[in-house]
Amino acid sequence: MMMEQEQLKERILSIVPEAEFEEAGGYLNATFPFAKLHNLAKNLRESEDTLFDFLFCLTGVDWPDHMTVVYHLKSTIHGHSIVLKAKIDSREKPEIDTVSDIWQTAEFHEREVFDLFGIKFRNHPDLRRIFLDDDWVGYPLRKDYVDKVNIIDL
Amino acid sequence: MEEIATNKNTGKPLETQEYFINMGPQHPSTHGVLRLLLTLEGEIIHNVEPHLGYIHRSIEKMCEKDSYTQIIHLTDRMDYLSSHMNNEAVSLAVEQGLEVEIPDRVKVIRTIISELTRLSSHQLWWGVFGMDLGAITSFLYGFRDREMIIDIFEETCGARLTMNYNVPGGLMFDIHPNFQKGTKAFVTHFKKKLPEYDQLLTENVIFELRTKGVGVLSKEDAISFGVTGPTGRASGFSNDIRKHNPYSAYTQVDFNEVLREEGDSYARYKVRIQEMWESMSIIEQLIDNIPEGDYKVKTKAVIKLPKGEYYQKVETARGEFGVYIISEGGKSPYRLKFRSPGFSNLSALNRMAKGAKIADLVVIMSTLDLVIPDIDR
Repeated sequence: MMMEQEQLKERILSIVPEAEFEEAGGYLNATFPFAKLHNLAKNLRESEDTLFDFLFCLTGVDWPDHMTVVYHLKSTIHGHSIVLKAKIDSREKPEIDTVSDIWQTAEFHEREVFDLFGIKFRNHPDLRRIFLDDDWVGYPLRKDYVDKVNIIDL
Repeated sequence: MEEIATNKNTGKPLETQEYFINMGPQHPSTHGVLRLLLTLEGEIIHNVEPHLGYIHRSIEKMCEKDSYTQIIHLTDRMDYLSSHMNNEAVSLAVEQGLEVEIPDRVKVIRTIISELTRLSSHQLWWGVFGMDLGAITSFLYGFRDREMIIDIFEETCGARLTMNYNVPGGLMFDIHPNFQKGTKAFVTHFKKKLPEYDQLLTENVIFELRTKGVGVLSKEDAISFGVTGPTGRASGFSNDIRKHNPYSAYTQVDFNEVLREEGDSYARYKVRIQEMWESMSIIEQLIDNIPEGDYKVKTKAVIKLPKGEYYQKVETARGEFGVYIISEGGKSPYRLKFRSPGFSNLSALNRMAKGAKIADLVVIMSTLDLVIPDIDR
């Protein structure tokens, strides 16, 4: 059965009391500290009434003073969706737990985020750069990344 | 039982060991620059490790410097066979942010062209799929009939592949006076040809032996790996965005989401063939009912999206294409993520190919219908 947004909020608050909510992009967004991610994700994936089995988008965002990893989730059984935003305070050494043990597609997506944002995923089975060369210096999707050779500024 | 070869000198069984082989980056059946590092024992595949990035252009980074109108032009450099749908996804996301109401005429035209694009993509896939299996005829037939659609595109928007027919607020210009006539002529023609296509491969014994039971993907794995589009639907994963989150004119038309249970290469083939019939049915329902009206809502020359987040997904020929825009109120997005179907679909390749033979890998890859720029972005 499809859960209403209020029910989803209550469920998340019962696992992560410090979560904050907003409505954006047509989805309910929950923001919380990164340390709570794995436990919450596992719970939402496995609980019978939430069953978020389809991770359809995983990406990172580089903000001026912190980073977030954004997870777009959908339940193919119940039909509800949610967006989880794990907030990482450190821009110097960002680390977060992997969710590739929960959703297999995360393995590739997390490698992409690692490659382009430099966020390290703990317990990831094979964390390497996926697009760029292994000896590439820097993380291109970070806001302070400057590439003098491949100029993209217009 | 198979006799184990022995070393003549020692009398002991011959030692076997795993070895590695590179398939690609220049290999005809990878359909682009993709390198697969295969771990093999004999010709049995133990592991497939895709190496990506040969054509990574960091389109997402470029988008952070571009205006929204320019971004649309970049999107058809990803999945170039679904260029119209990619353009549409960005247009819809921007329209969502601007809160503009799109004329019905635009919605219907966008839907017709989307379905024509899907048809042309599936035709090309059918042609190269046959060729990957050694049937050159299908390649020639597929390209011959696809040409009719490409001609319609050329007449409508001036481009054959990278169309850029969508702009935020509508279309770049109105349809060509010949559009309806040409489209109807194509549908009539292709309705006669598709059974011929089907017959050429479907009931062929060699074809069935090479595809049935090859590269099986279970429904659970399809969902977990995020495998969408015809590939996911062949495993019984109902994921058609046109049904689940309808956009443009898909609410007005009657069509079926094609689902199969087997999850093998044959099922993926059949899903795409059936989808071509559904696409033609959608076009037929709309082509005589294009409403009168404007082809565009006037938007500002420099579009600034209000601060916030926007997510729009569309169904391309390969699956779910998502556009995630984070705007800080400027003329360019703060962050833009493209969720490309090919990237997720490819992640399941290892699971599908394990235990298969090298020759089967060609079949499996072909039924995934990979477009490499869509994966690398």
